[in-house]
Amino acid sequence: MKGKAWTFGNNIDTDLIIPARYLNTSDPAELALHAMEDADPKWVSKKAEGDFIVAGENFGCGSSREHAPIALKAAGVSAVIAKSFARIFYRNAINIGLPIFESAEAVDSIKAGNEIEVDLANGEIKNLTSGQSHRAQPFPAFMQELIKAGGLIPFLKQKKHKK
Amino acid sequence: MSQTITQKILAKHAGKKSVEPGELIECKVDLVLGNDITTPPAIKQFEKIGVAKVFDKKKIYLVPDHFTPAKDIKSAEQVKMMREFAKKYGIVNFFEIGCMGIEHVLLPEMGAIKPGELIIGADSHTCTYGALGAFSTGVGSTDMAAAMATGRVWFKVPEQLKFNFRGKLPKWVEAKDLILYTIGQIGVDGARYMSMEFTGPVINKLSIEGRLTMANMAIEAGGKNGIFAPDEKTAKYFKSRISNFEYLISSPNSQYKATYDWDISKIEPQVAFPHLPSNTKPVSKCGSVKINQSVIGSCTNGRIEDMRIAAKVLKGKKVHKDLRCIILPGTQAISIQMIKEGLTETFIKAGAVVSTPTCGPCLGGHMGILAEGERSIATTNRNFVGRMGHPKSEVYLSNVAVAAASAIAGRIVSPKAL
Repeated sequence: MKGKAWTFGNNIDTDLIIPARYLNTSDPAELALHAMEDADPKWVSKKAEGDFIVAGENFGCGSSREHAPIALKAAGVSAVIAKSFARIFYRNAINIGLPIFESAEAVDSIKAGNEIEVDLANGEIKNLTSGQSHRAQPFPAFMQELIKAGGLIPFLKQKKHKK
Repeated sequence: MSQTITQKILAKHAGKKSVEPGELIECKVDLVLGNDITTPPAIKQFEKIGVAKVFDKKKIYLVPDHFTPAKDIKSAEQVKMMREFAKKYGIVNFFEIGCMGIEHVLLPEMGAIKPGELIIGADSHTCTYGALGAFSTGVGSTDMAAAMATGRVWFKVPEQLKFNFRGKLPKWVEAKDLILYTIGQIGVDGARYMSMEFTGPVINKLSIEGRLTMANMAIEAGGKNGIFAPDEKTAKYFKSRISNFEYLISSPNSQYKATYDWDISKIEPQVAFPHLPSNTKPVSKCGSVKINQSVIGSCTNGRIEDMRIAAKVLKGKKVHKDLRCIILPGTQAISIQMIKEGLTETFIKAGAVVSTPTCGPCLGGHMGILAEGERSIATTNRNFVGRMGHPKSEVYLSNVAVAAASAIAGRIVSPKAL
């Protein structure tokens, strides 16, 4: 996956990712129209398919709304790279198949607008603009299986099928 | 092995003798909860799994409380989807408008939660039930769907933090201030992925209502759960609700990643300034912050004890002429109790409005949305950008007495200043 980096600060909460005023629907396409709206109202019209969100500590804190990773995924975000994730967002992203990567080093070195390439399988984050390369924190084996399956529902279906 | 109460509950539900921080486990759940925002996506995911029935018709609780009574057509469609799903799968605990309440006030009140249980809810404030000695945590809609199908959920065993409160609670300082103070000290990610255990002489004296307020905001420090050891107070609380439950408490030599020990005898009511719950100041250091609205209620502070405090401050007084004061009792039972005790009359005579139970303005849904540039003091739990309305509005979090006093003064003040 390859795209441009959009940088945000620490504690990007789920109300910034998708404000509650749009939660009277769970339609991904509709949610995508308002992704990141209260952090940057113009972001939706500026970003391109495949771009990355790069943020500081505690990304996705606050509400349990799965609409947050759903909105980002439907908006065409390839992956979120952050120094750390709030735990419910972390679970939700993995469960719905939005790739997320933890790397403080990558976040510190990536500047807004840098071209980024990420290897989903090994967590290598390449900054094509600066030429630097970083490695994200590896996921525990069980979570790797979930990610490989494409999320919790396909994982459960596979398990059911195997039985 | 010396285990904390959280570890003991997790181990019991994973069918193990003990569990260690960092371990990935699969647990049996005792109760699965969803609301009108999180249940519709869970229903879509549930139907993709392709199971014919839910794991247990009595252990799923569906509470339409966020945008209800339906605020618009789309919200009505969401509740309709929940209602039809409950009918289709024979889910007993769907709460129609009329018996519905704010989920985290309603479930403890009706005796749905027992100490020692493991509860998940597709709502981040599901951590509230730790007040009753249960392991309880918020998840997303997909986890809710999976749990409705399988009755199981995976967890990473959290590390444990202990918070010990000593001293004597000063006048007008409430449980809300203890948790705001805690978040102010450790930050909004100070307990990220971790369990928060609350102990000490102050906690022992705290009412169950107060403990529910504190556990409710564990998520605001990033916590996986907040928990209190069940004690005589818990037993008394349950006497009229349920019988038979297991007392699990932390073993004396349990391991904690960190222990915080605070004497709270001199703390003041706390106010969290925009836009993070950790941005706290003692009320005397707030300066002159003019406000347009005061919201009293929510899953944090919408219980009868809270309503009594608000009425004590508002009795015989008038809400400031430039301000709206909105009272949101948590459940129908609380509404009736308020009428019986004359609290509703006190509020209406003071110029406040009293709502039916709903999350309403807390998350910017309805019943008191802020316009651009407006400010609200609120007994709710979050003050993020745009939380109660316009992205350029502001929310200040406080306890009940401060929110009520500020409603009278038109600016943020301590009840002492009235």
